[in-house]
Amino acid sequence: MESQLGLIEQSFDLRYSGWVREALNELPDSFTITDPCISGHPIVFASNGFLKIFGYSKDEVIGRNGRMFQGPKTNRRSVMEIREAVREEKAIQISLLNYRKDGTPFWMLFHMCPVFSKEDGRVIHFLGVQVPIPRRPKRSVSTVVGNIGNLCENGARAREGMFRCCRREVCSDTVLELGRGSALDSVSSPDDREIDINEPCETSELEKQKANAAVSNVLSVLTHYSELTGKLVCGKRCCLSGTGLLGSSLNISLGRIKQSFVLSDPRLPDMPIVYASDTFLELTGYARHEVLGHNCRFLSGLDTDPATQFQIKEYIRTEQPCTVRILNYRKDRTPFWNLLHISPVRNASGKVAYFVGVQIDDSCKNQEEHGLSPQRRQLSVVGAVKVAVRSLSMGASSS
Amino acid sequence: MMLRIKRVPTVVSNFQKEEAEEDSRHAGGCGRNCFRSCCLPGAKLPLYAFKKMNKTEGEKKSVGSENRESPVAFLDSLLLGEWEDRMQRGLFRYDVTACETKVIPGQCGFIAQLNEGRHLKKRPTEFRVDKVSQPFDENKFNFTKVGQEEVLFQFEPSTDNDVQFFPNAPINIENSPSVVAINVSPIEYGHILLIPRILGCLPQRIDRDSFLLALYMAAEAGSPYFRLGYNSLGAFATINHLHFQAYYLAVPFPIERAPTGKITTTIGGVKICDILNYPVRGLVFEGGNTLEELSNVVSDSCICLQDNNIPYNVLIADSGKRIFLFPQCYAEKQALGEVSSELLDTQVNPAVWEISGHMVLKRKEDYEEASEENAWRLLAEVSLSEERFHEVKELLFEAISCSIEEDNGVTQNLLDESDACPQSLEDVDALKGSHPGIVSV
Repeated sequence: MESQLGLIEQSFDLRYSGWVREALNELPDSFTITDPCISGHPIVFASNGFLKIFGYSKDEVIGRNGRMFQGPKTNRRSVMEIREAVREEKAIQISLLNYRKDGTPFWMLFHMCPVFSKEDGRVIHFLGVQVPIPRRPKRSVSTVVGNIGNLCENGARAREGMFRCCRREVCSDTVLELGRGSALDSVSSPDDREIDINEPCETSELEKQKANAAVSNVLSVLTHYSELTGKLVCGKRCCLSGTGLLGSSLNISLGRIKQSFVLSDPRLPDMPIVYASDTFLELTGYARHEVLGHNCRFLSGLDTDPATQFQIKEYIRTEQPCTVRILNYRKDRTPFWNLLHISPVRNASGKVAYFVGVQIDDSCKNQEEHGLSPQRRQLSVVGAVKVAVRSLSMGASSS
Repeated sequence: MMLRIKRVPTVVSNFQKEEAEEDSRHAGGCGRNCFRSCCLPGAKLPLYAFKKMNKTEGEKKSVGSENRESPVAFLDSLLLGEWEDRMQRGLFRYDVTACETKVIPGQCGFIAQLNEGRHLKKRPTEFRVDKVSQPFDENKFNFTKVGQEEVLFQFEPSTDNDVQFFPNAPINIENSPSVVAINVSPIEYGHILLIPRILGCLPQRIDRDSFLLALYMAAEAGSPYFRLGYNSLGAFATINHLHFQAYYLAVPFPIERAPTGKITTTIGGVKICDILNYPVRGLVFEGGNTLEELSNVVSDSCICLQDNNIPYNVLIADSGKRIFLFPQCYAEKQALGEVSSELLDTQVNPAVWEISGHMVLKRKEDYEEASEENAWRLLAEVSLSEERFHEVKELLFEAISCSIEEDNGVTQNLLDESDACPQSLEDVDALKGSHPGIVSV
């Protein structure tokens, strides 16, 4: 999708000054940067280190979601934890089985953290660092568990690690054994490899340190390059998001709804739009920043029936859903008949938090989508929005 | 026996729909527009025909289709649209979105809802609670007695190799379609009932076919926040007519966050684990080379429990990729007077949703004072004891033993369980991972 790629380019270009990609690629690490505000939460940057490890080209990865690297043996619970960390806008460090382009799985330590806008505390990007965990064969008595560095430091710790693997007969003392270990490693049979995949690897301190260092380095680059545009980012949330802004979790959820709709906040003066879908922007010809913060009445014009507008006001006042047919105008002032459905949306408190307005261009004859009638499709948007708003306002708010 | 209807364009189908409404008004029947032979002939419902595919095929497909973003799946749109329609038509007993709800602070993330109306207006249980298998009774309430307006669509496998949707398909009475209906006393938005072969009037007992249907629905909906649940008789099913429930809640359930300890993997690739660090003992099933493999291992386990008169609940989570099975004994304890009055007063009947960590509370004080300790305490009453659970597991593994790998030494594993050490490292790491926000950057 042309506009999708455009959004992805902008994700970086609006925030960071030129040469940021080159600077990032000077780092040897494997990492990706994703944008939760673009629907689908796509990857907007993938380091050369990443592409090398996973075996993909840049074009195969940019614009795709991170789940493309998961596969049948990826632990479902880990996937859920990552998903929830995204939703709660929190950092997470977790070992995960991923798959390369050639289909081979491998274990890695996945460290993900949010990148905040310094100005308003919103999550701008998520940074994901991948540190592969080397295979540590478990069968042979004389091979070692854990990392060589680890063992040299502290034999006791290594032994503790081995016990956790339930291998009590491993010798851990000499460097010679370490040497032998790596030789055995290289001739391990396919059987061993199979078992390594099913039984996950221990992550050692080394991997964690690598991950932390990579995160730190990437954030430095991003911070530096955001200074020059004046739109600073930082690794910690510096201020609380304003009430007018939706959290990134709600943004991500709403971004999955591929229809024209807006969310307006009745608790703010003049009930401004606080969310507008991509399809809405395409339909009306406006850019997002031209729409957010404004009341929907800008869509009406000279020949819009004031009685219809009054009707809408009444339904909103009484918190009732309604469907009206109203003459609206695009940015270029061309009119269109808008089959508009408006419904109150409650959050977890049970009270009305937003109104959702779902637009259908009535003059457009191409209403057939999968056989659902336009009215049904509108209602499905209402349902999806209701689920998202209710669910995402239930938890303790992210700090 | 699949419908021989060609796909109908939307414009025409809207027109046909109006016709159908008139027809059913004509038909008269018992006058209640129900789902029985008096009213059904001539009735039409949307039909969603899902594609039956095996897992590996499905995965290849999904890898390829990652090129597009994953929009709200079509089944989602259909279900949500139909549900919201019924909501606006006033078919529900109350607006569930007007019920306060929250995640209880703590490690587990139990979910509490204050819902004073559900209990008062819910259909009462009409059968004995000490037998898991009871014959279907025509005279008691069953789903053929609901109004057709409560039924949203038919859910059937498609004949050709693709998803099909017919906005206005006749109901093939001989074929006894499976349908999706609203739950008029919803626990959450989108609360529906999946009723396999509704006209077959099957009692509340899982079999391979019906479980597979439920699993297909979970997979088809494609959202980890749309979960299906099943309560056996004796485990707080309220209607003895085969049905699964489902609804949307876009937060993780505590049960999904609980760590697990691997027990074994079947020949068909299904991984079976113990649930650890959770008040209710149970098993979780994952993986499988195909959806059918996973489905059959679970349904065979359910059948074993049914045959042994052990009440149980099932939660299908993660778009059908993780299935939790909980044998339970709360009803028995209640009948024997072994449950404290404090717990009885909350009037919480621990069915699948409660066990999974989603509690609907009827009294304001229970909601205000809801805490992780209270929730844990209640659920601990539901769980089988360690010894009893061990016995049940032996029963189960015997029943599905032909699917378990020969050299796995499952029995040995079971005996070793008394060691505190969890069987799999993966899950030790997961334990650490279960507290997100570890690293300060």
